Amino acid sequence: MQQDKGLTNLPEPSLLHRVMVMITIPAVVVALYLVFIWSPVERQMGVVQKIFYFHVGSAWNAFLAFGVVAVFSILFLITRKRIYDMIAGVSAEIGVVFTAIVLTTGPIWGRSAWNVWWNWEPRLTTTVILFFIYIAYITVRSLDMEWQKKGRLSAVLGVIGAINVPIVYMSVRWWESTLHPVVMGEGVEESGGGMEPSMLFTFIFTVLTMTLVYTVLMQKGIYIEKLRIHVAKLKAKQQEKMIS
Amino acid sequence: MKNLLLPALVIAGKDLYSEWKTRQIVTTMLIFSSLIIVTFSFAFDPSNQSVRVLIPGMIWIITIFAAILGLNRSFTTEQSNDHIHAFVVAPIDASSVFLGKFIANFIFVLIVQIIAIPLLFLLFDFRVLTIESIFYLVGIIFLGTFGFVSVGTFLAALSSNSKSSEMLLPILLLPLATPVVIAAVQATRIVLIDLEKLSSAMSWMQLMIAYDLIFFVAGLLLFEYVLEV
Repeated sequence: MQQDKGLTNLPEPSLLHRVMVMITIPAVVVALYLVFIWSPVERQMGVVQKIFYFHVGSAWNAFLAFGVVAVFSILFLITRKRIYDMIAGVSAEIGVVFTAIVLTTGPIWGRSAWNVWWNWEPRLTTTVILFFIYIAYITVRSLDMEWQKKGRLSAVLGVIGAINVPIVYMSVRWWESTLHPVVMGEGVEESGGGMEPSMLFTFIFTVLTMTLVYTVLMQKGIYIEKLRIHVAKLKAKQQEKMIS
Repeated sequence: MKNLLLPALVIAGKDLYSEWKTRQIVTTMLIFSSLIIVTFSFAFDPSNQSVRVLIPGMIWIITIFAAILGLNRSFTTEQSNDHIHAFVVAPIDASSVFLGKFIANFIFVLIVQIIAIPLLFLLFDFRVLTIESIFYLVGIIFLGTFGFVSVGTFLAALSSNSKSSEMLLPILLLPLATPVVIAAVQATRIVLIDLEKLSSAMSWMQLMIAYDLIFFVAGLLLFEYVLEV
């Protein structure tokens, strides 16, 4: 009877999550206002420069998300707790979304700043490879097998993928330096130093907001995963009933 | 050390012996790599001198595709009589299984390269500069293949858990092998086409050595998690 009661009560989103959603929605609106209306238009690049706020914010979040995947993969391999596996999986999914944002906003900005859509520059290439590694990670996660095995295999891949990212960066940088010594004057990060104070403020605010969005999505994802497990339990119970 | 190496050699010996009897994997890899060379000759006119610069890339494309073909078989053949379980319950370290499979795959790929690369040079009428560059080429091929096969063996074991492992393996392997592919192609290009930049070929080889060591050790350490049932 006790177990029945446990099954009829759906898991609730935590209070922290609700508060975070309440903070994030206005924060995103304020960030949009700051980016498009409040901050000044950059002199050389014009309006296109505004993409930079979201671009860097997403890039930072993408790397954060994959860092989280690596850390929780290691934790999962050590402790074998399901929650760690869930966090790693959800984080990878969000990370892929942010990487996709980076990879679409980047060329739009690059077209006007460097006059090419794409350029095999270290950061770009590393991001693409990262994107593919984590698509592979998600492919492994979507395989049809029991969660312990799936969790273990994907955790191993998460660790290997994280080891690989710095090596990819190093190798692409060397490759670039031998082929095209100077490609463009300023990269995304180099331009960060000499920023207008209002721009800098907008930039920091946007990055923080994007991190908030990441956290909220994380919580949501974990909540959905919990619901999924719950549904699976209910289904199993129903099947038991049908058989008996 | 002996506990690690001896079972590994037994596993590698078993794979090599069964290959010697059936000649299935290496033959298929060889036919496949010859077909890639033929396809290259349609895509890039061999009589054109500017095609020379593409040869280093071709060497590695042949290696990668042929190796993936062989790696796919490496663990799926073990599933027929549930040999994977036998590996798990056998009183050996999981790392030995990795090492044994790695040795066998490495030898298969090397055999294919020994035949396919001279064939490529022959059919594209490519003259290697000096004895020195052949010497360096052998070293680079050894290092590059070592790295590629060690990651490949590891991921082949990982993907063999899936029903569609043939499709999964390239998706997992190619992004993870990017550094060693870049390094190998660059070093091969320098050694074959302009030998003056030998010092930068050396630094590419150092990168390959670092990659080989990191992923070989990571494979040895993490293999027990892949093998676990």
